[in-house]
Amino acid sequence: MEPNNKKIAIGWFSFSCCEDSTIVFTELMNDHWQEWKHIFDFRHVKVLKTHNIMDAFDIAFIEGAIASPEHVEKLKHIRSISKKLVAIGACAVTGGPSAQRNNFNDEQKANIAFLVERFGALPEVLKVSDVVTVDASVPGCPMNTDIFLKAVTALIAEFRPDLATPPVSN
Amino acid sequence: MHTFDLSMEHITKIEGDASIAVKVENDKVTDVKFQTVEYKRFFTEAMKGKALMAIPAHLARICGTCSNAHIMAAIEACEDALDITPSEQTDVLRALTMHGLTVRDHALHLYLFSLPDVYGKDAFLDLDENIPEEHQILHDGFEIKAAGNFLATLVAGRSVHAQYPTIGGFLHFPDKAGIDEAVAKLAAVRPAALRLIKIFQDQPFHFDRKMHFQALIPDGNFGYIKGSIRTSRGEVFPEKEYRNLLEHVVLPYSQASAYQYKGESYFVGSLARLNIAKDKLHPKTKESIPDTLALFPSTDVFHNNLAQAVEILHSIDEAIELLTTRTFVHEPLIKKPARDAVGIGVVEAPRGTLYHKIVLSADGTIKEGEVIVPTGQNQINIEQDVGKLVENLIAGGMEKEKMPMEMEKLIRAYDPCMSCAAHFLKVKWA
Repeated sequence: MEPNNKKIAIGWFSFSCCEDSTIVFTELMNDHWQEWKHIFDFRHVKVLKTHNIMDAFDIAFIEGAIASPEHVEKLKHIRSISKKLVAIGACAVTGGPSAQRNNFNDEQKANIAFLVERFGALPEVLKVSDVVTVDASVPGCPMNTDIFLKAVTALIAEFRPDLATPPVSN
Repeated sequence: MHTFDLSMEHITKIEGDASIAVKVENDKVTDVKFQTVEYKRFFTEAMKGKALMAIPAHLARICGTCSNAHIMAAIEACEDALDITPSEQTDVLRALTMHGLTVRDHALHLYLFSLPDVYGKDAFLDLDENIPEEHQILHDGFEIKAAGNFLATLVAGRSVHAQYPTIGGFLHFPDKAGIDEAVAKLAAVRPAALRLIKIFQDQPFHFDRKMHFQALIPDGNFGYIKGSIRTSRGEVFPEKEYRNLLEHVVLPYSQASAYQYKGESYFVGSLARLNIAKDKLHPKTKESIPDTLALFPSTDVFHNNLAQAVEILHSIDEAIELLTTRTFVHEPLIKKPARDAVGIGVVEAPRGTLYHKIVLSADGTIKEGEVIVPTGQNQINIEQDVGKLVENLIAGGMEKEKMPMEMEKLIRAYDPCMSCAAHFLKVKWA
């Protein structure tokens, strides 16, 4: 990679989930905001800003499971404009608990069938790697912060080796 | 005369994903739809057949930011069904869990979501570190959040999806070193909480409307778990009657189901709590901000932000008092056998009254359950207010392109939570 001084462009996207990892991300900012503010271009982070830009990302963080055809299309688009894609939290990495309806018994499935159909949801909820290639995964419900920070440190080292610091844990 | 449609697919800087659509014909708003664009995750259906012990952690996953409030409501419902009365120490630890949640969740909303509007910025991080006032606010915001996060982590294990609180008590107890550190961190951010109150007292946005309020109000000090339901009409009801107070309505102009009381909409959240019970705030809080508290009761929706800032100060003062006057010892969990019973849990989540109901079988599994979230109760108010706001803006001559920003500001003042709301919004059957 050519040396550059550009900030690392990141996107943070939430699909079907409780957004617990988004909250944990904002809590990690308590300790890391000064560092991240200088390293990251928060290009599309809806929880932080109104004017979000969807053009190209160095890193896309994907939280949540994939529950509809629109989700599939949006995720594929994000993948196509992102150099690295990181699955964040249990729903993105394994599908659940958002995918809990996949394991419902017949009676439960019958009870929710009209809602699945009416909202145009997928027959089964998918994990992120069912739809696109995933470069790194951060499991946990909410995401494991040590694994997240290690992944972030490794990605910073890749995109901006001049800014790389030894791995930190929170 | 103006006729147009105005819609925003993804409202920013709120919890979760929501859209708003407004129809205007001849300068009059004819339709407003405020709704989640999230997909249902079927938590109440998934409850059926689960073991009672799994229910608090299960229902916590309805919402990341409100998770510890869901855990408290679920534990209360499960204990009600089992006829367990928690120990006095458990009550204190639960109160502290809610204070930690209130500090970090209100700080997230006020600094990261609402404060950029006050300063005309796109994002909190756009505040300028080279301007002393903005530098101070940046540091205040993250330090208050960190103090609340530390308190929640010390007492409950995590600030999101806490592991220590459980049916019958706690699985872990705070140690002396942790308590001392929490007290030091909370005391250190108290001046920041006072600065935050001043910012939201002086901010320029106002939207006054006649409205009713409801909140769970304790008999003793201001808090978020125990008490009776009180309304701005002066009525008092026990927790168990809460469900009977809510009239479930399907809005004629929306796909959402929502709630009314006595045929009228009402407001839940910080503003409701302060309007009904400001006299119960911690004595130190009352002593520090008499001019602020004189503004309540208020019917200005933007005073919900100010009320949240006041609650941060109260939770800091109350938590410091509890942590410095109590000792915490290891206590075994209170256990009772399962039985056929209905359990009700009501708490004040940061955004307002949260209701959980479970129907327990004697074999220890759940037959069914119900969850009613604050945003579902504020739904009608939000839609009515956005409609009125747009008519006001048209009358004031504002061009259509500038209206979405104003709509977002007002919606943010309600602090809606769409992760929770995705749980309640239902399709209208026409």
